[in-house]
Amino acid sequence: MATVLIIEDEPHIARFIKSALEQQAGFQVFVADSCQRGLIDTASRRPDLVILDLGLPDGDGQTVITEIRTWTAMPIIVLSARSDEQEKIKALNQGADDYLIKPFGMGELLARVNAQLRRWQGQTETSSLIHLDDVCIDLATRQVTKNSQPIHLTPIEYRLLTTLLRYPEKVLTHQQLLTEVWGKGHREQEHYVRIFMSNLRQKIETNPARPKFLLTEIGVGYRLHLPNQ
Amino acid sequence: MLSSSGFNYAKRPTMKDARPDPDVLLQQIHAQDVKTQRGKLKIFFGSSAGVGKTYDMLTAAHQAKAQGLDVLVGIVETHGRQETQALLAGLDILPLKTIHYRDQVLYEFDLDSALARKPTILLVDELAHSNAPTSRHPKRWQDVEELIQAGINVYTTLNVQHLASLNDVINQITGVAVRETLPDWFFDQADAIVLVDITADELLTRLQEGKVYLPSQAQKAVKHFFRKGNLIALRELALRRTADRVDADMRDYRKQAAITPIWNTADQLLVGVGNSSNNERLIRHAARLATSLHTQWYVVYVETPNRQAKTVNQQWVLDALRLAEELGAKTDVISASSIAEGLTTYAHQFNIGHVVLGQHQIKFAGIRPSIAELISQQDTKLDLILVNQTHERNKKIQGNNNSSISLQKKPFIDRLASQAINSKHNQVGYLVAIIGCTIVTVIGLSLLTWFDSANVLMLYLLMIVFVSVRFGRIPGVIATLISVSCFDYFFVQPTMSFSVSDVQYLVTFAVMLIVSLLINNLAVGLRFQAFVARRREQQAIIISHLAQQLSVARKNEHIVTEAQRWLRNHIANDVVILMPSTLPEPLSEQALLSDSIKSTGRRGQLQTLVDSNIPPEFDWAIAQWVFDHNQNAGFGTHTLVANAMHYRPLSVSGQVFGIVALMPNMPNSFHLPENQRLLDMAVSQIALALERIHLAKTAQLAVIKAEGERLRGTLLSALSHDIRTPVTVLSALASNLMQHYNSQTPDAITKNLVQDIQQQAQNIQQLVVNILDYASLQSGGLTLKPQWISLEELIGGIIYPMEELFKTHPLTINIDPQVQFIFTDELILARVLTNLLTNAINYTPIETPIFIEATLEPVANNTIQNQHSLTIRVTDQGSGIKAGMETKIFERFTRGDNESTTTGLGLGLALSRELVQNLGGTLTAQNIAPHGAQFTIRLPWTAAQPDLTGLLAEPMLATQPDF
Repeated sequence: MATVLIIEDEPHIARFIKSALEQQAGFQVFVADSCQRGLIDTASRRPDLVILDLGLPDGDGQTVITEIRTWTAMPIIVLSARSDEQEKIKALNQGADDYLIKPFGMGELLARVNAQLRRWQGQTETSSLIHLDDVCIDLATRQVTKNSQPIHLTPIEYRLLTTLLRYPEKVLTHQQLLTEVWGKGHREQEHYVRIFMSNLRQKIETNPARPKFLLTEIGVGYRLHLPNQ
Repeated sequence: MLSSSGFNYAKRPTMKDARPDPDVLLQQIHAQDVKTQRGKLKIFFGSSAGVGKTYDMLTAAHQAKAQGLDVLVGIVETHGRQETQALLAGLDILPLKTIHYRDQVLYEFDLDSALARKPTILLVDELAHSNAPTSRHPKRWQDVEELIQAGINVYTTLNVQHLASLNDVINQITGVAVRETLPDWFFDQADAIVLVDITADELLTRLQEGKVYLPSQAQKAVKHFFRKGNLIALRELALRRTADRVDADMRDYRKQAAITPIWNTADQLLVGVGNSSNNERLIRHAARLATSLHTQWYVVYVETPNRQAKTVNQQWVLDALRLAEELGAKTDVISASSIAEGLTTYAHQFNIGHVVLGQHQIKFAGIRPSIAELISQQDTKLDLILVNQTHERNKKIQGNNNSSISLQKKPFIDRLASQAINSKHNQVGYLVAIIGCTIVTVIGLSLLTWFDSANVLMLYLLMIVFVSVRFGRIPGVIATLISVSCFDYFFVQPTMSFSVSDVQYLVTFAVMLIVSLLINNLAVGLRFQAFVARRREQQAIIISHLAQQLSVARKNEHIVTEAQRWLRNHIANDVVILMPSTLPEPLSEQALLSDSIKSTGRRGQLQTLVDSNIPPEFDWAIAQWVFDHNQNAGFGTHTLVANAMHYRPLSVSGQVFGIVALMPNMPNSFHLPENQRLLDMAVSQIALALERIHLAKTAQLAVIKAEGERLRGTLLSALSHDIRTPVTVLSALASNLMQHYNSQTPDAITKNLVQDIQQQAQNIQQLVVNILDYASLQSGGLTLKPQWISLEELIGGIIYPMEELFKTHPLTINIDPQVQFIFTDELILARVLTNLLTNAINYTPIETPIFIEATLEPVANNTIQNQHSLTIRVTDQGSGIKAGMETKIFERFTRGDNESTTTGLGLGLALSRELVQNLGGTLTAQNIAPHGAQFTIRLPWTAAQPDLTGLLAEPMLATQPDF
């Protein structure tokens, strides 16, 4: 049974998330209402996932992410207001895995939590073969096929794809992708990522205009969505 | 025309050399600023009537019209000439204004209609013309000035004999006095002078052919005027004047272009005028000199103890100063112990290098040094220019505006002087002189047995000194004469007779007379100094009194009351102070919203702030004019002089706070520099006080505004947090409930209710988001972050979270590959597209398709070839927009259909349009056939593509292909 820690000062929202996760998914849920308590509970309860509100009374939620990332890679989902793109990007760059925009629905919450938990718990069982519907990526042989037809990817495209595959369901910011794929010298050229993502979609997605796997988080970055098997 | 030392162009050692004076540069810049808003003045300038000025002007007008300019004939006097008349055809002509004046009907140029019509070019003939008595300005050139200020370009004509500075020269040459004159400064500020020139012979031929207009009533005089000698002289003057003007243009150009750095402010002229009748020639000469030197000039009258006693000649001084002002000089009356001292001090004060003086006929050569000699003793660096000033006949060429300053029997200085030595005082003096003499005689006679007659003489002398000191010169002289007579009669042998046996007594008498006169002079001088000091102190005291009263005032009403009381006490009989009605009041919403309070200050009806009786002479129209133009008007000015009241704007650094109109209590001496100075000071004190109140209000407004901003900020953060949280909870609870029902078997009604709760919560959420966005947009909180983005990716990103909704509304996406990458702010564009798509889903029936289309389209009605705009269309096939609502739907809180039950609030579209406008584009809506609405976003498009250099050449890419 997975354990989830909610760090949220608003009791109503905390109570809603708690009841939803407990009743719908049967998780064990703890609630902390401040940064201080959140950090203590993270260390003592050892949850499998943290849901963090960025606006806390005793400090910035960003510092909580930094603190947690010093000793564990457990999934962190950030709750944020819609218009704060910079805030989101900052949180993701600090090491958060995903974000939820208030107000969010029950289904959305459960889907995100489950996706993160799956990634976190399934991390150990590495398979060299990944299936995105009819697209098959063989990490061992570095071969990508679609409907058994080989797809030709440029080195950058391949690197981009594998980077996304390494963190499925995690939102990767433009900055993170630039650093991972191109190196640290290219932080200013965000459009590189966009252009190569566009090319990659043309090759992988059935309908590039309405992608199913290589998803865009507008103004933030990209996420690789793994279909439920 | 003599010059004692000639002009010395060498710079004075006190001046800093060859450095452009910043003040002068600023003046030039200011002059350019003013000129750009002003209309241009073109003068067709000729030597006499009949040279064809009007003809040339009309020809030029036709040329301008042919270029498509709006040309209007304000007034053109054709004098029945055929050729000129013919030229009028094809030009718009402004009807003349009819003026009824003393049973006469006069036709005049209609200034107000011309201002209202506002043509590009206006023709106004005869610049020096004097207007009918009830017109706004006494002179036509003042009309022209107002037209130019209103931005209208004016073509006009002028004859050389009308130039004020040449007036006397032409009078001497032709023997015809010209009454209508034009100030030289107005001529000089014209943007273009066109000389219309024909030879004297040609002109005479034209005259003989009857082509020159001659007024019948003055036929003879005018014929006398048109002699060949006269015409040649006039032509020479006109040519020379134009040449001067061209020279001045050249110098201006050189100054601007700094071809050679000539900065010679020491060329300024100081003219000292005397109190005799022949100042006119001196002043006109100085005016010509100043024009040719292109320099500032000052005319001063120095009041000295000697001069102030001669009260009769004050009128001449005033005339001289007024003439000088008309010719463009700065005038002043200063007090000093001697003329030479006064002039040198003044010259030092204003850094003046040349002093111009009138040279009188030498009367007592050698006895006392001339003023010129005294000045050169006092300051060897001053250059002196002496103008021969032989006595002319006391003729006066009276301008029309003299009527405003009517005959002055007793001017101000005169009155003040007589305060010092007033006639009543004098009568007492005579009486004291007589009584004193009697007493001294009686004492002398009674003491004669013990006294020597020489001691009696001492007693007389004592008495004379007393009378002189106490009662002034004339009683002193009377006392001397009586004393001498009495002494002679009673004490000198033979007594009881006026005969004198001993000749030495004549010496005694003479010495007594001289001593008494000397003492007299000294005493009078002292008294004058004391008087001047006292007068200055009094002025300072009354001004400081005003300043004190104004400084404690806290409201405009108080200031107006105090100012009116003060002006009534010291300057005027009747005072009216008006202020505009809409000077911003604290807490008024309009003032809060308006950033520029200055602009509101200009608007509004003038009104009295305190109850004050408005005299019948007061004219509201003049007051408004003064307020609008920030210029003086009425009595004692050049504008609307017929009104008995004097109007002044209350302005500080160009901002007019109100006007003051006053009825001078001493109309005769009102225009004296001294009185004007007092009024200037008072007016600026009042204006400053009003500005202080205004600034205080402005500061208060700023505080209120800041407070309002703070409140708004608080409100917005409350909205964003305190509403968003409960809404989040609400919608989450609803979805939770939904999930709960899904697992069991709910009845349809309950399920619908829960669905509605969820929907409403989402709507409130959307509304909050829109309001916040709109508020931040309104307060300028939007910062664009344009970058290269993929349009396909953007649309894909928008659609993904909405996929559920598109299950009911099939979506077709069509993106032109040309617009795959665009340079814009993706978040803003995403907001707009989300809004449009949400609208399309909300306002169309289920199962109707929605289309998104992005193409490159040529810009409609553009002038540049191949200019394209990125066009994104969101089209639905719903019922479309109600007719006539295509633009209204973009207004805040307007929905396409007011009766619609569909939820939503018309903020989304207003916000979208603002956002698109922030991106530099447009958002429009239209209905399409057969039914449906289409929203079109047009964004600026540049053919540039994202910079990919360095992308492929990256060393990291040099690794071998991975597969």
